[in-house]
Amino acid sequence: MVNDAVMTTPRATPAGPQGQSEVHVALDGVAKVFAGRDGGQAVHALGPVSFELRKGEFFSVVGPSGCGKSTLLDVIAGLTEPTEGDIRFEGRPVSGEVPEGVAVVFQEDASFPWLNVFDNAAFGGRQMGIGEAEVCARVDYALGFMGLTDFARAYPAQLSGGMRQRVCIARAMVQRPRLMLLDEPFGALDQQTRLLMGEETLKLWRVTGSTIMLITHSIDEAVLLSDRIGVMSARPGCFLDILETGWHRDRGSETALDPRYGQLQSEIWGRLREESLKALGAAR
Amino acid sequence: MIRLGKPALLRIGLIVGSVALLEIASQAGWIDPVSFIPPSEMFVAALQILSQGQYARDIWLTLSSAAAAIVLAVIVGFLGGLLLARLPRLRRVVDPLLMSWYAVPIFVFYPMLIVIFGLNRWPLIALGFLFSIVAMAVNTLNGVERIPAVQIRTARTLRMGAVRTTLKVRLPASLPFVFTGVKLTIVYSFIAIIGGEFLLSGAGFGYQIAFAYNNFDNPTMYGLMLLLLVFVGTLNMILHTIEHRLYQRRVMKEAV
Amino acid sequence: MKSTTGTTLNMQTILQSRKDAAVQRRLDVAMLILGMLALWVALSAWLGVHALPYPWTTFQRLAQLLGDPDFYRHVEETGKAFAAALLLAVVGGTAVGILLGVRRLAGDVMEPVLIAVYSVPKISLYPIILLIFGLGISAKIAFGVIHGIIPIVLFTMTAVRNIRPVFLRCIRVHRLGAWPAAWQVLIPAAIPEVVAGLRIGFALTLLGTLLGEMFASQRGLGHLLMMAIERHDVSLIMALAVMLFAFATFASVLMLKWDRHLRKGWQREA
Repeated sequence: MVNDAVMTTPRATPAGPQGQSEVHVALDGVAKVFAGRDGGQAVHALGPVSFELRKGEFFSVVGPSGCGKSTLLDVIAGLTEPTEGDIRFEGRPVSGEVPEGVAVVFQEDASFPWLNVFDNAAFGGRQMGIGEAEVCARVDYALGFMGLTDFARAYPAQLSGGMRQRVCIARAMVQRPRLMLLDEPFGALDQQTRLLMGEETLKLWRVTGSTIMLITHSIDEAVLLSDRIGVMSARPGCFLDILETGWHRDRGSETALDPRYGQLQSEIWGRLREESLKALGAAR
Repeated sequence: MIRLGKPALLRIGLIVGSVALLEIASQAGWIDPVSFIPPSEMFVAALQILSQGQYARDIWLTLSSAAAAIVLAVIVGFLGGLLLARLPRLRRVVDPLLMSWYAVPIFVFYPMLIVIFGLNRWPLIALGFLFSIVAMAVNTLNGVERIPAVQIRTARTLRMGAVRTTLKVRLPASLPFVFTGVKLTIVYSFIAIIGGEFLLSGAGFGYQIAFAYNNFDNPTMYGLMLLLLVFVGTLNMILHTIEHRLYQRRVMKEAV
Repeated sequence: MKSTTGTTLNMQTILQSRKDAAVQRRLDVAMLILGMLALWVALSAWLGVHALPYPWTTFQRLAQLLGDPDFYRHVEETGKAFAAALLLAVVGGTAVGILLGVRRLAGDVMEPVLIAVYSVPKISLYPIILLIFGLGISAKIAFGVIHGIIPIVLFTMTAVRNIRPVFLRCIRVHRLGAWPAAWQVLIPAAIPEVVAGLRIGFALTLLGTLLGEMFASQRGLGHLLMMAIERHDVSLIMALAVMLFAFATFASVLMLKWDRHLRKGWQREA
């Protein structure tokens, strides 16, 4: 039985209010404007945004729909180029292509229907040029971690939505990324599955030590899971506030009992309520 | 005023360019003048055919036969599609056969159809009907299957009967796909009827093309072919525009 | 079959239900064949033997044909033309289809043109082909290709365009080069629709080849058909039609099996 040591990446000092931690991703004045199609109106989707992701932290971005959260993720991942501003990942500029060491879990199911669960999870690892034996070891661990070992030979079409997302997360795990970007990965799931997946994500974070950025529209999910929460305004999205939760690294669902949990929730909703009304009125 | 996008302009340019090229090539004699005449002469011949009226009867025969085949195929095909929608097992087992239907030249059944209908236009109409009915049924089936179940359930909560549900919910919901079936029926009926006239019959537009070919009457043959191309092209364009509008307004994009 | 929690679902249930479905399908096929034969007999009785011969007359005639060595020369003639046309249509069609799918503008320009060409009663344009290629096998091959290549191009083009955008993003996230991207993601993702196009392309290429033979050839199955039509030899017509239909169905079933194999567990077995 492979132990957790297989999956650990060397950890930097944990993030904390002391601010001694390393900067992992730095955004400076980043904005994104999408050109209008066929002479239509241009869409100012994001920014300007300036902030830093600390190495090893769990950072969530919460905001109303259409505010540009996914655009922010795309820009950090290198999937889109910003119209203005500067992004640096581990000190090097990000532009045009996805840097090595970054894994993304998308909102939609990205599992490949033509591969079984094992091969799906192994996909990223195999692309990285690690030896097959190493890939298999990592996949076995990741599938075990996500509770998918029994389904290794099954195909995504035979699994439920939640299980398919777990396959995508397993795929990201196998890559052992230093930065993991999660774009509303639990959006299509029911509440109870979401809570369970939240717990698994925390476990994943503790074991791998990766920096995690989670995009979510669920305030309680953000508050429950994160070290810091970025509260985003309606489009064009900018950070209204970045809040520290101060939770202990070994947090779990009992965090909800902490009085600060309720306070943070109301504080965030207080900021977001008006933004959400704006978003509701705006055309999609 | 129709706004032409970039693809449309390029397309027009492509067609105009090809025609110009053919004109130059045939005028210059690069293409064998015995087999091919310049597009300009084709155009003149086509105009003559239209104005002279000696082909009027053939044109009428072809159009009326096609109309009959289309109406029959649309009605029967639509009902057939609804039936297949209700019998998914039948549908699944019939699926491989549907492709094979097109492999057999439908024209071979002409003699049998003559025995059944006699020496008139009906065998040709039957050919058009048989060739296009499969497309109509399949597309109707497709459209009906795509109706979100929740819409039918809504009709039931409103206590609408079977007929009202079909008229007010099923038909409008599947209309774009049903229209695709109608479009294909029109296209395939013309293909079968004109093809049948060409190969087998003694009257009609297709027959006149074969007649001109056999008599080495290139101008008439090419003139008729040009008319056919223009007719089919225009018909297609109209049908496609209607179809496009139907899909645009009625088929919801899947939520991302 | 889908469970909400995912824990009551297990490999046993998945495998068992797949076996049940296969048995069910075989029964359905047997019933369909019996049903079709019954319908045939009823139609023959109703319409008269001169319009539609009975199945046994047809099969007798077919047996006769299969025993006649002359017949095989015709089959060979058609077979050669068809094989050549099919190869050209498949290779050419897939290549052009991928190109038009990847290059959006070219695809947008060509799509209506292709559909318009597809809608023209091509047999009435056959004289042009004859004038270009002469009265030989190449005219038949050309005619077969024209019939079959267009649906293959259109289906392949649509298949490439319809690849889910999330897969394209996966290609970038995993930093795949052009060839690994095509081989590992694009082609597997596009296969179902491409195969659908190939099935139609197969049937139509055969049709085109036969039509070419019907109009202007002294040999081949199409020529036999034309002679049968002119002589009102209905039992020969039916024998040949049944043979062609069976051949095309056989090929279609093979392609469906191949498609299923390529996709393995992709589609849920209903």
